[in-house]
Amino acid sequence: MIFAEFFEELRKHGVPVSLNEWMVLQDALERKVIEPDLASFYRVSRAVLVKDESYYDRFDRAFAITFRDAEPPEQLLERLIEAMKKEFSREFSEDEIKLLQSLPLDQVLQNFIQQLEDGRYKGHEGGNKAIGRRGTSTQGADGFNPAGIRLGQTKGKNKKAIQIAEFRRFREYERNRTLDTRGMRVALSRLRKMTPDGPADELNLDKTIDRTAREAGEIELVFDPRKRNTRKVLLLTDVGGSMSGFADLVSRLFSAMKGEIRELVHYYFHNCPYEHLYEDAARRQTIPTHEVIEKYRSTHLLVMVGDAAMAPTELLHPGGAIDLYLNNPRPGADYLQDFRYEFKKSIWLNPEPERNWDHIYTLRLIREIFPMFPLTQDGIVAGVEHLTGKKRAA
Amino acid sequence: MQQITDTPDYILSDELRESVNAAIVLERPLLVKGEPGTGKTQLAIAIAESLGMELIRWQVKSTTRARDGLYVYDTVKRLNDARFGDGDVSDIKQYIKLGPLGQAFAAPQKVVLLIDEIDKAELEFPNDLLHELDQMDFFIDETGETVRAENRPIVIITSNAEKELPEAFLRRCLFHFIEFPAPDLMEEIIKVHYPDIDQSILEGISERFFGIRRMVGLRKPPSTSELIDWIKVLLANGWEPTDEKGNVPFVGVLLKKPEDIRRVLSRLGAGDAFVQ
Repeated sequence: MIFAEFFEELRKHGVPVSLNEWMVLQDALERKVIEPDLASFYRVSRAVLVKDESYYDRFDRAFAITFRDAEPPEQLLERLIEAMKKEFSREFSEDEIKLLQSLPLDQVLQNFIQQLEDGRYKGHEGGNKAIGRRGTSTQGADGFNPAGIRLGQTKGKNKKAIQIAEFRRFREYERNRTLDTRGMRVALSRLRKMTPDGPADELNLDKTIDRTAREAGEIELVFDPRKRNTRKVLLLTDVGGSMSGFADLVSRLFSAMKGEIRELVHYYFHNCPYEHLYEDAARRQTIPTHEVIEKYRSTHLLVMVGDAAMAPTELLHPGGAIDLYLNNPRPGADYLQDFRYEFKKSIWLNPEPERNWDHIYTLRLIREIFPMFPLTQDGIVAGVEHLTGKKRAA
Repeated sequence: MQQITDTPDYILSDELRESVNAAIVLERPLLVKGEPGTGKTQLAIAIAESLGMELIRWQVKSTTRARDGLYVYDTVKRLNDARFGDGDVSDIKQYIKLGPLGQAFAAPQKVVLLIDEIDKAELEFPNDLLHELDQMDFFIDETGETVRAENRPIVIITSNAEKELPEAFLRRCLFHFIEFPAPDLMEEIIKVHYPDIDQSILEGISERFFGIRRMVGLRKPPSTSELIDWIKVLLANGWEPTDEKGNVPFVGVLLKKPEDIRRVLSRLGAGDAFVQ
């Protein structure tokens, strides 16, 4: 029936809906929360079923598909009401069902609509009886035709709901779009590592009692440090050249990370790290690469950010650096390997859209060195999972 | 059925009204999410006002724990009382203080409970409240008492989406995302704050405000509360909606990030003189 169809469409569009929420929607139908028009059904069902605005667009598409095919509106109503009837059929007596079946369907429907619109639909019991009785009453029978006007009105409302759904104004909230800082913070918040740290300001009751007893009743308060985020990360970002188009995105990642990580150390490289890293994006101050590795390898997680797109020589040949004066003694890939193997956990975040990854030669090579994730919300979540070694709880 | 309506200070969209009414009838918490300044907190205040109920507010912070909302047992005070012989130490009740959730349950009348900015707390915080929000009761270990809500409070929960909220928690809520108000709704909102505002000034301000909001790449697009402040400044300075280039003064009231201010000023072709 149409509800099953709707449920199926939502699933197909990837809107996560649990049975629990589905039952709440039925509850909403039964308790008259939903007015008898499709626009109201659209709004309430969305509030009940969808818990994240990034799914609103998918919900709209599923809604439009389910209810748009149901033109002309008379048939749509028929199906909706059929489904509603089914919801309430538990409450029908045998006789009432027979009575319902003996009546011409359109007559029942018209009466049902009339009932709904007159606001006489009061809970299941009253509703059932009303349908049963009204069906046999004169109102439904002799040429009285509310459908012309009433259905016309309802049609307008249905159309409106479909139009709202088809307008797809929530498209921009769709997931996997490039991120704002907050979205990144949400994704990065899982990086937090909570350990007791800082000033002791939390009362330890057991120790307090113990100590007080030892002091023969002289109150001795014992405080412990609270749990705080102690996560440390080394962030290396590619600057200049092909990365300039992603500059804004990377700076947002940086500010989001600052908020979620206790100690964030940040250096830069140009296409690939060689003997030195840069302390500033303008690449004026340098620091030897081996010093950085030595200093942070045992305490920090490593996050590399870059598009991994460069000339193959930059990665594969000594002296192949894009800045020729660097005259690197080892091929770029060697330095990458150093990082990969000196740090316990590392990832590479790539702002280049994932669909292009297979077409970039150096990217494919670097991907064999580092676990690579796209710089999107889902990509960061997956990357963080890799770093923390935790699977995300469903 | 209790229906909520607009209050003198708050305008409800049809969608939001329907979500609120559904949450009231279904007796489920309503989770409200939206940009800062879209009136999430105001909503709870408006519901309480509209239904003539008391509002109990629980402001969540990064250190807030679920238990804080139920009750707090003041151990240190009791220890000190025991030490110095003050108060009746055997009566634990006087050292138990109900938190906002506890107060909402214990209230003799139905109340509106606002759990504000739930996303500020630790990731697991909402999960620790599942039982209490479902069953609307909790047990006080120290006294062996159960606090149970005779009248289930209307629960409004707000979130700025700083963190993802747990699935199990979300399943129990109705959800409403407050979109940023469209220009016509915004004009109504402005009129609530400035009933006597001149129509041409109102339109001039609205046009400029949405022009700025539409600019691509702003770190923090201005929100309603900043707009309301901006209008106050403009009106106080006798601003007129002339077509003169760069006639958008005091953008420092609207924008909080220096790079946003620079970006907007360069687009508008206005000089630094306008920055407050």
